[in-house]
Amino acid sequence: MATETQPPADRQLAPRRKDPDVERAVSRQRGLTRLSRLQTLGVAFGLFGLWLLRVAGVLPGDDVTFAIGLGDGAPEFPVDPPNAVLGIAVVFLVAGVLALAERWTKRYAAVFLVVAAALFAPLLLICAMALSDRGETNLLPLVTESLRLGTPIALGALAGLWCERSGVVNIGIEGMMLTGAGIGFMVYAVAGAGQEGPWLYLAVVAAAAVGGLMAAVHAALSVTFRTDQIVSGVAINLLAIGITSFVRRQVILPSDVRSAATLPDIDLPGLSSIPVVGEQLFSGKPIFLSMFLIFLLTQITLFRTAWGLRVRAVGENPHAAETLGIDVIRTRYQAVILGGVIAGLAGAWFSLETTGSFDNMMTNGKGFIALAALIFGKWRPWGAFGGAMLFGFSEALGSRIQLLSVEVGGFPVPSQFLQVLPFVVTIVVLAGAIGRAIPPAAVGVPYERPS
Amino acid sequence: MSQAPPGSDRQGGSAKLRDAVEGYFRLAPVLVPVYAVLAATLLGGLVILAAGRNPIVAYSALSSGAFGSPQAVATTLARSTPYIIAALAVAFGFKAGLFNIGAEGQLLVGALVGAWVGAGPAVAGLPGVLAIPVVLLAGVLGGLVYGAIPGALKARTGAHEVIVTIMLNNIAVRMAEWLISSTQPLLLRNPDASQAVTTPIADAARLPSVGGTALDLGFVVALALCALVWFVLQRTTFGFEIRTVGANPHAARYAGMSVQRTVIAVMAASGALAGVAGSTALAGGSGAITAGSFTNIGFDSIAIALLARANPFAVIPAAILWASLLVGAPNMQLQAGVSSDLVRIVQGLIIVFVAADAIVRYLFRIRAPRDRDDVTTGAVFAKGWGV
Repeated sequence: MATETQPPADRQLAPRRKDPDVERAVSRQRGLTRLSRLQTLGVAFGLFGLWLLRVAGVLPGDDVTFAIGLGDGAPEFPVDPPNAVLGIAVVFLVAGVLALAERWTKRYAAVFLVVAAALFAPLLLICAMALSDRGETNLLPLVTESLRLGTPIALGALAGLWCERSGVVNIGIEGMMLTGAGIGFMVYAVAGAGQEGPWLYLAVVAAAAVGGLMAAVHAALSVTFRTDQIVSGVAINLLAIGITSFVRRQVILPSDVRSAATLPDIDLPGLSSIPVVGEQLFSGKPIFLSMFLIFLLTQITLFRTAWGLRVRAVGENPHAAETLGIDVIRTRYQAVILGGVIAGLAGAWFSLETTGSFDNMMTNGKGFIALAALIFGKWRPWGAFGGAMLFGFSEALGSRIQLLSVEVGGFPVPSQFLQVLPFVVTIVVLAGAIGRAIPPAAVGVPYERPS
Repeated sequence: MSQAPPGSDRQGGSAKLRDAVEGYFRLAPVLVPVYAVLAATLLGGLVILAAGRNPIVAYSALSSGAFGSPQAVATTLARSTPYIIAALAVAFGFKAGLFNIGAEGQLLVGALVGAWVGAGPAVAGLPGVLAIPVVLLAGVLGGLVYGAIPGALKARTGAHEVIVTIMLNNIAVRMAEWLISSTQPLLLRNPDASQAVTTPIADAARLPSVGGTALDLGFVVALALCALVWFVLQRTTFGFEIRTVGANPHAARYAGMSVQRTVIAVMAASGALAGVAGSTALAGGSGAITAGSFTNIGFDSIAIALLARANPFAVIPAAILWASLLVGAPNMQLQAGVSSDLVRIVQGLIIVFVAADAIVRYLFRIRAPRDRDDVTTGAVFAKGWGV
């Protein structure tokens, strides 16, 4: 069982961050003219820029207007689609060329690639508007909708973050979220009869507690019994499907609470009365708003407190941590359970904050997407937040594009195309195209206390 | 196991009893999954009790629903077919130390390609002897390509196959939704149907049923594939490489094997198996699929492969058990008033106990196995993401 002694196989399989000079020398030796990673990316960006040039030529030339916020004071931006797309195409081309000349441009190449990639979202929006028959759209609801749809993903990613920073792989986020959603709603339906009141909030607490309980099972399996952590996660997910569907048919359906009141909106005092943007940005549902607080607290706890340092130490090098007197087992339990509590809260978002009902498998794979967001964000809180919002944005944009009935070549643009985008981006990121995603060193390795 | 197991030295114990007890202790580690099923069933019984029903009534209704009549048995076996093949796909990956969570997506892609080819002009007019292999091979091809992607990414860049396949699963589901539901342009959707469902494949390509029951030829295909996988793993050079890479990639490399090539080949083969699971289910079922036709089959297959400890033949009883729980559940709900979803809890518990075999060993006083690679799965999959 002692897997600590030998380096994990994957690391041998693909060596970390290669030295570009060495790589070039090796490829010369092999008689190949291989492009570096950045150069490959440069080719892709350059080709995309060329294609955009053509797109800019065929886009209808009518101006489109983007408004920000509601009311008379809301600023509006008229945009001329062909010229805007032309501009973006130039940025892509420049980024491509810079990346190809990586040898001389060094880090500016990467910066430009990131800038070009960030322009992808406005590009999609502008093209969508130009192709739809409406000339005006409001950006602010798109932003709030992205944030709202990204909430469970962001919280799930945080759950994974705590778990994996302590060295325990968690693919059971989905299951923890689902159990939180199901049991939370059961408490609400049975004890609170689906009526707004204290039970609604107690149900949220119950959801978080149940998420923690599932995480405790995960910790027991993977920390105490040293089960393979991925297998343990699979078990958690299966168990969650069983428990929630059983509870739904045995308890929730007989209680006759079909659709219940959801958590009420909260206005942040002061901020929500800011004209134009205040109402949409600073008032919302409690779990949505608490997400920002939880992110802040995670950032502070993980990087500014002794306990956070311990969690990170245990996830990077448990043996060294143990030598310094840190209880590895206990720290891992604490971190995993904390993650589970956050995942349970994310589950409450589905049943108690958004729909006011519970359906089988209602988390719909969001837990796995959260995992992707975590990796996209390279195991850092704000990175994970960005990743989650990328997924939220693509979902929001997908429904917006359907609303605007955007057509290309006489056919409506399928919303699935936009939904797929973040998954593709995650794979590209994972394959190491844009910087290396380096996980906590000890993640996935069961810890065996030296005896 | 040379030392005497407890109980064997009881006074007056006959040699026969002694053999039996010794035999038990020799076999016990292999039987851990059996005990896991037993423990999960007992715990499930407690849940039934807690819900105020009689567990014995419930379980007997469950088993009569799954095995009570020849038709029921046929239904159970038919239901187990895609599970057997897809679990085989997952088990194949396990042997090389690869965790293929992507069976779900590969299966769907296989079924989609099968549906496309089967309803297309390539198959129209062909006799069954040709049409069936064409559709099944279409599934193989679809799954092979979709499985090779994570394999190549892993070998080339080190991207962890678990995450990549999870992403590919999501992509496959979304793309299937689009391909099957889109009316403008019309892709795979049956224009005559009111729901989003594919055009049915040619009748000649449908798998014939065995003796007029629900069971079709797909089950035979599944059994044959089990034998094939066993043969490849145990009797070929490629199989030896797979097992070596799975047991110790460093040793494999040192011995001159290409770990990267093996990783790509195993993922492609695993995907091909999952793909044929999809096309078999397509050709054996109604001949048409919806986007949700195969939801969770891939994920359940991971559990089945774990239950079978990645043994290609043990996959068969494990899959039949899995299918029997699902087939018998409605009868349990009807006769004993226990929600059919109980079987999902039992299934989850089975995997918890299989995963944490230490719990089962403790409960049933089974010694830890020593030097038996057929008992432990041997591979640690969670080696860290991405790198």
